[in-house]
Amino acid sequence: MTLVALAVAALLVADLRYNRLDGSRAVLDTLLAPVFWVAGIPGAIGAWQDTHIRSRQTLLEDNAHLRRENLVLKGRLQQMASLQADNARLRSLLNSTALLRDDVLVAEVVGVAPDPVRHQLILDKGDDADVYQGQPLIDAGGLMGQVVEVSQFHARVLLITDATHSVPVQVNRNGVRAVAEGTGSLDRLEIHHVAATTDIREGDLLVTSGLGQRFPIGYPVATVTAIERDPGQAFARITARPTAALDRVRHVLLVFARDESEASD
Amino acid sequence: MAVEEGATGYWVILATLFTAYVLAVLPLGPWLAWLRPEWLLLVVTYWVIALPHRVGLVTAALAGLLMDVLEGAVLGQNVLALSVVALVARLLYQRMRVFSLAQQALTVFLLAGLHQLVCQWIQNLEGAGSRSFLFLLPALSSALFWPPVLFLLRGARRYYRVQ
Repeated sequence: MTLVALAVAALLVADLRYNRLDGSRAVLDTLLAPVFWVAGIPGAIGAWQDTHIRSRQTLLEDNAHLRRENLVLKGRLQQMASLQADNARLRSLLNSTALLRDDVLVAEVVGVAPDPVRHQLILDKGDDADVYQGQPLIDAGGLMGQVVEVSQFHARVLLITDATHSVPVQVNRNGVRAVAEGTGSLDRLEIHHVAATTDIREGDLLVTSGLGQRFPIGYPVATVTAIERDPGQAFARITARPTAALDRVRHVLLVFARDESEASD
Repeated sequence: MAVEEGATGYWVILATLFTAYVLAVLPLGPWLAWLRPEWLLLVVTYWVIALPHRVGLVTAALAGLLMDVLEGAVLGQNVLALSVVALVARLLYQRMRVFSLAQQALTVFLLAGLHQLVCQWIQNLEGAGSRSFLFLLPALSSALFWPPVLFLLRGARRYYRVQ
């Protein structure tokens, strides 16, 4: 009994205070991969039904819809090349470094952290696909979170809405910087310590600012939903809704944004 | 005590634990997730009551360690919670065996509540605790699922003669 009590104390201190156990955690996580594999079977059956048992009508409608969307996206992309050249030229005029092109890797969500307090996802790509700790994760709508733990075949992702997560953002309209903190509720972020007089409005898009060197610059994070300016308080109370579909997606994109200097160490 | 049965018996115990892990990480909707019974607690409690000479504190602690890894929790959270549960179950096992089903379910309710409180306490150390009392809901669902789990595990134990 004493032995177990001592072991628990040692584990808690080592993990909470010193983060010394990430290696052993990854090993155990790799050993436990079959659990996630078995738990994913019902979902896989559902996905199989989705792809194999569909009526011709739905497929035709889907196809038409995707064609339209593709046309619109291609149309928007036409100016991209010249805009990119413009951007590079302006940046060189300003003597700032060129923007990196980000590579992405498609991953599938195979699990959700069982504890509803923790907003974590488990992905089917791990060390074998060169996923690394701290890697940003996006979906079609915007930033989702970052990788916090990598085992051989899986990666664990902390979502931006987890109560322990914060992401540096800026208002897309005017570049005002802030930090968006998770609240533990999937559709809400809070922005703390923004002065009551700051120019920030409802509906403003918040994008990653790239400060903190963790997330690449320019990915949408959230839209501001409510601002409460109380003259008695030093700061405004700002809430925002994440643009990514955090609770619905099945396929996500892992962003490889390491530049040369970071990759070397 | 049939020692020669031990080798087969371990597989039954491990298989039930594995099933508990799978059920524990099975994706549920955001609302159902709050109600998810503590499957591992139910299985460990059952084995402690049925075979107190074989399953005890150490098994519970190891099972909790793997659960911590699965949940992505602080290492030690489920170790502590399950160890406490195993200790109490160990003290109560003779009474539990003569309890009626309702009394057993009530005991499981208290054990699961204790488990959730310990987990919540450690999550608060980390700064990620729940802000409502919803975290106590699994105690209720665990108590409700105790009778079916009991019948299934007892059936397995008798069928495979785990002693």
